[in-house]
Amino acid sequence: MGVIALDPDYASKVAPADTLDKFHGNQLVYIHWEEHLMFCAALAFPFPPGMPFGAILAEILPTFYGIHPDFEKIDWGKVRWTVDGKDITPDPEKSLADHGVGHKSLIRFWTPGLTGVNGLATV
Amino acid sequence: MAKKLGLKQRYGLLTRGLDWETSYQPMDKVFPEATFEGIKIKDWDKWQDPFRLTMDAYWKFQSEKERKLYAVLDSFAQNNGQLSISDVRYLNAVKLFITGVSPLEYQAHRGFAHAGRQLPGVGPRIAAQMQSLDELRHAQTQIHTISHYNKFFDGMHEFPHMHDRVWYLSVPKSFFDDARTAGPFEFMIAIGFAFEYVLTNLLFVPFMSGAAYNGDMATVTFGFSAQSDESRHMTLGIEVIKFLLEQHPDNLPIVQKWVDKWFWRGYKVLGLVAMMMDYMLPKKVMSWKEAWEIYFEQAGGALFEDLARYGLKPPKYHEQATADAEHLSHQNWSIFYNYTQAAAFHTWLPEDDEMAWLSEKYPNTFDKYYRPRFEQWRQMEKDGNRFYNNALPQLCQTCQIPMAYTEPGDPTTICFRESEYKGDKYHFCSDGCKDIFDNEPEKFSQSWLPVHQIFQGNCGGADLGDVLKWYNMNVGADNMDQNVSPEQALWDKWQAERSRVAAE
Ligand SMILES: [Fe+2]
Ligand SMILES: [Fe+2]
Repeated sequence: MGVIALDPDYASKVAPADTLDKFHGNQLVYIHWEEHLMFCAALAFPFPPGMPFGAILAEILPTFYGIHPDFEKIDWGKVRWTVDGKDITPDPEKSLADHGVGHKSLIRFWTPGLTGVNGLATV
Repeated sequence: MAKKLGLKQRYGLLTRGLDWETSYQPMDKVFPEATFEGIKIKDWDKWQDPFRLTMDAYWKFQSEKERKLYAVLDSFAQNNGQLSISDVRYLNAVKLFITGVSPLEYQAHRGFAHAGRQLPGVGPRIAAQMQSLDELRHAQTQIHTISHYNKFFDGMHEFPHMHDRVWYLSVPKSFFDDARTAGPFEFMIAIGFAFEYVLTNLLFVPFMSGAAYNGDMATVTFGFSAQSDESRHMTLGIEVIKFLLEQHPDNLPIVQKWVDKWFWRGYKVLGLVAMMMDYMLPKKVMSWKEAWEIYFEQAGGALFEDLARYGLKPPKYHEQATADAEHLSHQNWSIFYNYTQAAAFHTWLPEDDEMAWLSEKYPNTFDKYYRPRFEQWRQMEKDGNRFYNNALPQLCQTCQIPMAYTEPGDPTTICFRESEYKGDKYHFCSDGCKDIFDNEPEKFSQSWLPVHQIFQGNCGGADLGDVLKWYNMNVGADNMDQNVSPEQALWDKWQAERSRVAAE
């Protein structure tokens, strides 16, 4: 199926709004901490593809998720990670691209034993 | 013509006698948008308009309503009507209305003017043109009504500018942009039928009853002034769908696809109303869930039973919307609590009595999933650590709302859906939003998503402060928690003066 347009050549003239070339060398990356829905949605960031995965662990997550009481209790060795639905094991030294993180990729992580305040995933 | 003509005769002449077949230009050049959507019309004369309104009668009727409305607005201003509202928190519903809804009236004005110009049938053309004028009047009278509050309170001063720029206002804006960039028949089904007929009671009844319950007599008066227009609009909406389905069997699948799309689009926009009803009104009218039962499940159910004789089915995913009614307002209020620092209205945590009301109205979900969240936030606020989400949210490509909705049947897991188009990924909050994209990826891959636009550098800068400046937000007054707002302080001062005067 495609759009029905007045101009029969419309489809060939479409310029998607969020292609990689528009982000000044960055790519869009979404990160989501599962079972901690006090944070209402996944977080969006513009990251360079060469950024080491370690920067997410050391800087991004503490800055934006650190306010949650579960955060300091996370045992990072036990965390389960997916990138676009595929399981990964992060290597802090390697780049996002090395982990299969591309433009508009979604990184989800689960923290076993930690499922929200009082075990309630919606908090 | 010696004899004065009756209304019916005048309408007949207006809609049948005045039209002609063009000869300098072929008709398909005069009406270039009439056929590309695939809708087939055999006989425009089969169009029935029960109102049969002529222009002279229209002007006379509207000007009388206008005179009455402005008389009330004048006395409201003279009598300091702003002091009679239930509580200062109520004004946040008014802010949502002027920034999110009134600009849609203007968009509807433009859309119906366009549809009216493009429809080859003179009956619907005239009805669409009258609705276009109504919508312009609605925009103007709403702005006049609410301008009185703008003298005293924050968040209303830049409503058209904000409508075009602020992240959550892209939800209603993109809804109408989508409709107005469709062909004239899709627009008539999108706005005339799905919005004005199927969903309108879930927009206007909550706002107008909310105004009545909360002492906002100015908005109530506007509501009355628009009421007779609304019944004309509903009639146009139902007439247009029946007409299309009666004209040709090939129209059914096209109309069904539009009904499915515009139900889901409209339902997502109405999520703003859901949170307004359940969280923003100091005196509650009814819960979103109750409103959904009455105005969609019952009224909509009867409507689609009636339309079944044309082969039309109820909109796809309506069962999902009904199941969501248990969660919608709580999840939406949480989005705005997360991001109040970037909103042009205030949020706050429900008080104990409000939590009790929510438990009673949502016995299956509130205590189990949402009360603990609000209690945690309350504790954090008490500890001097009011929760704000300091990263930007992922947005749904179709409805443009932060991806905050949970999996059907699992309120503890966010619902992620994805599609690919021209080598890029696209993310959606729901199956309904994904289907809409998959049907028209050419259109929706061009969505102006506020978060992505910020990262592209198109919204004033990279810091929140730059973006808020680009929104023309009065930082520290328009945004942040209700409890620290200047208008809360002003209201408290007024209340203290009142009790001092009363004591003397
Ligand atoms: Fe209107
Ligand atoms: Fe969506």
